[in-house]
Amino acid sequence: MRLQFILSEIGLGLRRNLSMTISVILVTFVSLTFVGAAALLQTQIGKMKDDWYDKVEVSVFLCPQNSTAPTCASGEVTDDQKADIQAALASPEVKPFVEKVYTETKEQAYDAFQKQFKDQFWASAATVDDMNSSYRIKLTDPEKYSVVSEVISGRAGVEEVKDQQRLFDRLFSVLNNATLLAGGLALVMLLAAVLLITTTIRLSALSRKRETGIMRLVGASTVFIQLPFMLEGAIAATIGALLAVGGLWVGVTYLVDDWLGESAGWIPYVSTSDVLTIAPVLIGVAILLAAISSLVTLSRYTKV
Amino acid sequence: MIRFENVTKVYARGARPALDRVSLDVERGEFVFLVGASGSGKSTFLRLVLREERASAGRVFVAGKELGTLSSWKVPTLRRHIGAVFQDFRLLPNKTVFENVAFALQVIGKPRHHILTTVPDTLEMVGLAGKEKRRPHELSGGEQQRVAIARAFVNRPNILLCDEPTGNLDPTTSLGIMRLLDRINRTGTTVVMATHDDEIVDQMRKRVIELSTGSMVRDQSRGVYGSDR
Repeated sequence: MRLQFILSEIGLGLRRNLSMTISVILVTFVSLTFVGAAALLQTQIGKMKDDWYDKVEVSVFLCPQNSTAPTCASGEVTDDQKADIQAALASPEVKPFVEKVYTETKEQAYDAFQKQFKDQFWASAATVDDMNSSYRIKLTDPEKYSVVSEVISGRAGVEEVKDQQRLFDRLFSVLNNATLLAGGLALVMLLAAVLLITTTIRLSALSRKRETGIMRLVGASTVFIQLPFMLEGAIAATIGALLAVGGLWVGVTYLVDDWLGESAGWIPYVSTSDVLTIAPVLIGVAILLAAISSLVTLSRYTKV
Repeated sequence: MIRFENVTKVYARGARPALDRVSLDVERGEFVFLVGASGSGKSTFLRLVLREERASAGRVFVAGKELGTLSSWKVPTLRRHIGAVFQDFRLLPNKTVFENVAFALQVIGKPRHHILTTVPDTLEMVGLAGKEKRRPHELSGGEQQRVAIARAFVNRPNILLCDEPTGNLDPTTSLGIMRLLDRINRTGTTVVMATHDDEIVDQMRKRVIELSTGSMVRDQSRGVYGSDR
């Protein structure tokens, strides 16, 4: 009897305030989509870091024959200069950050170059002597790039020190800013959602003032009086959250999997399973929103 | 059943008290008229018994419980033992007579079979048998008040509070309502009725408590409406 009665009350309330219910659903939908997008962006960054930070290395390009760099004034790098650089890499200030050093000769570099750009016209024009021989340094901690860079760059025989991580960091900062933007918009929308749910519950409570008045009079418990209103807000918000999950799922499927995956498939992308991972969080946020709104409103409008 | 000890109620700070040091006792099974001009404190008295308001000073006891110290989560339980009837009936317009009365039991979680047996019994008792499916606007004022009384009485409360129940009704209809309240009183229910209706008070010859600007000026068993008679 109790459950049936509460359910019918909820149905009544949702139908009576249909336009408000729909607006609550839409606002939570949009706000939680932004929350979800922010979460997915962070997941994406995490995935890229996991995948790439193992591979990134610092490249120390040694002077080729005809370089204009001031450190290459003496021409192609000599064996003495190489020994000097290797000694620097083995020095106690640098050694703890270096995991491994690979040597790439200019012949190896030429082969790799030819392989990578075999169909391009400039590949046939390049010669072995145009290539740099290089040291590829794998760092124990990719963040400690600057320590290595300071010691090595500017030495005679070193044309350039390049950190691949720098490139990624620029990309990550773009993604981080996008996260901030999505998060900021989410915050504004969440505030709008709370206010809207509050208003909806208030309207619903006012339109059923007669009923709640009689309920109080005949001794219905506070929980019993307030539960339909709370559940109304929670149901509307949950529907909004489910729509947001659906929207993100569609977005990831069509935008990321189909489109990005096709055009730049070498990047590890977020997948629909990541959407499902954040789904409970989004639904939780929706229920939390509704709960906050209920607490704010109901104590005032359905007082015992 | 109801006991007021030096009860004062002030609504706004500095305002004249709505009730001023009122002390009285209403025994189980009594029928009491509460009379006095508008603003004399009758409604405040009823609201204090229902614990819709708290006394500013003094103590209110209902069914042995002191309402001033009663925690608010126990208030619903208190109200299940008190029925209330008002001048404006307060029925739900989109529910039938049966649903209006059943509502009072549904919202306190009574089981279905209990509702299905109790509601028709109560409707028959108030004289509305056969009108279960009508809606309030299809009924006369007297019939609407009977629905309201059925709703107040369906849970068999110990106390029935009536705030000018005949205020909107003609004398003949009012008489019918009074007979009904008298019958309910005879089942052992304490009835407290606030009223302006001198004819009814004079006819019934029950205990009369008169309030004037918040003070109790008369408490007379088998009394009449006007104190000058």
